[in-house]
Amino acid sequence: MAVVFEKTKMLTDVPFHYCPGCTHGIAHRLVAEAVEELGMQDKAIGIAPVGCAVFAYNYFNCDMMEAAHGRAPAVATGIKRVHPDKLVFSYQGDGDLASIGTAEIVHAAARGEKVTTIFINNAIYGMTGGQMAPTSLEGQVTTTSPYGRKREHCGLPIRMSELIATLDGACYVERVSLHDVPNIIKAKNAIKKAMKYQMEGKGFTFIEVLSTCPTNWGKTPVEALKWLKENMIPYYPLGVVKEEV
Amino acid sequence: MAKLTINEDACKGCSLCIQVCPKHILELNREKLNAKGYHPIGIINMDECIGCASCARMCPDVVFTVER
Ligand SMILES: Cc1ncc(C[n+]2csc(CCOP(=O)(O)OP(=O)(O)O)c2C)c(N)n1
Ligand code: SF4
Ligand code: SF4
Ligand code: SF4
Repeated sequence: MAVVFEKTKMLTDVPFHYCPGCTHGIAHRLVAEAVEELGMQDKAIGIAPVGCAVFAYNYFNCDMMEAAHGRAPAVATGIKRVHPDKLVFSYQGDGDLASIGTAEIVHAAARGEKVTTIFINNAIYGMTGGQMAPTSLEGQVTTTSPYGRKREHCGLPIRMSELIATLDGACYVERVSLHDVPNIIKAKNAIKKAMKYQMEGKGFTFIEVLSTCPTNWGKTPVEALKWLKENMIPYYPLGVVKEEV
Repeated sequence: MAKLTINEDACKGCSLCIQVCPKHILELNREKLNAKGYHPIGIINMDECIGCASCARMCPDVVFTVER
């Protein structure tokens, strides 16, 4: 018998601290597998965010740097410019990237930094207790929108992939989802492709990963996947938003 | 023939693997608690496993190793 699936060496033995059924664990594994499959284990440097993934540096078996909230793209810029031969990725949530860190992500993309950003869109602030994020859906109940997000008050959710795709420095932008196995496989392929374009010096690469936060959504992990599929995908369509390489 | 190895102590009992198994042979073991205090995943009938690794790809906590 041959091994068809085993834990990638690009993940350490430290168990994830995430809540049961949280898709951060799947996203971590896909990033790690992508690096391994590209043979870049010894060349990868990751930037961890502030948010539930703040301890990502304990999980990836490569050099990792922790950035201040939202500043991962700026840290990634510095690392990549000093080490242009390294594969540099940032891993960021939607509070981190689409709220406090909007300036950093927009300008890193505009400058065409040759890095890969993995953007975890779970439509909420997970770590701090389920506050509304810029990506929370219209009508979505969160601890800071107890009657549901209202358009008149908060506007509509930001589609970060579409926004980043307008910038000339961004060469590849794709939105993927983790709600079932076929989409998980597609998500890994997108991450791999982004990393490949990065190493070819094509420009800034951005993969938005639709994810769940069962705890703060108040759902079981299985219900959360269903909610993602039925509510997030209609607003955040899957697929390649831009591929100009 | 396929073989599934389960790292029981890594399991958080989220059930995501159960709903993607095409053979419906995964179930939480209600008789047991793991080191984290969850009922860990168990396989009801190893002979029926086809080694598709759907469970392993869905699991957020990398509990499974699959051989075929
Ligand atoms: C400068 C600063 N402002 C605010 C916070 C509080 N804070 C910590 S995590 C977080 C948001 C996390 O949400 P997200 O980025 O969506 O990640 P998730 O936890 O959902 O994975 C905030 C506002 C902080 N740590 N530092
Ligand atoms: S709070 Fe939400 S995002 Fe954070 S680990 Fe728990 S389920 Fe995941
Ligand atoms: S490998 Fe496939 S058949 Fe076997 S337990 Fe996992 S999902 Fe079920
Ligand atoms: S998906 Fe993983 S953590 Fe969740 S019940 Fe199955 S084996 Fe356990």
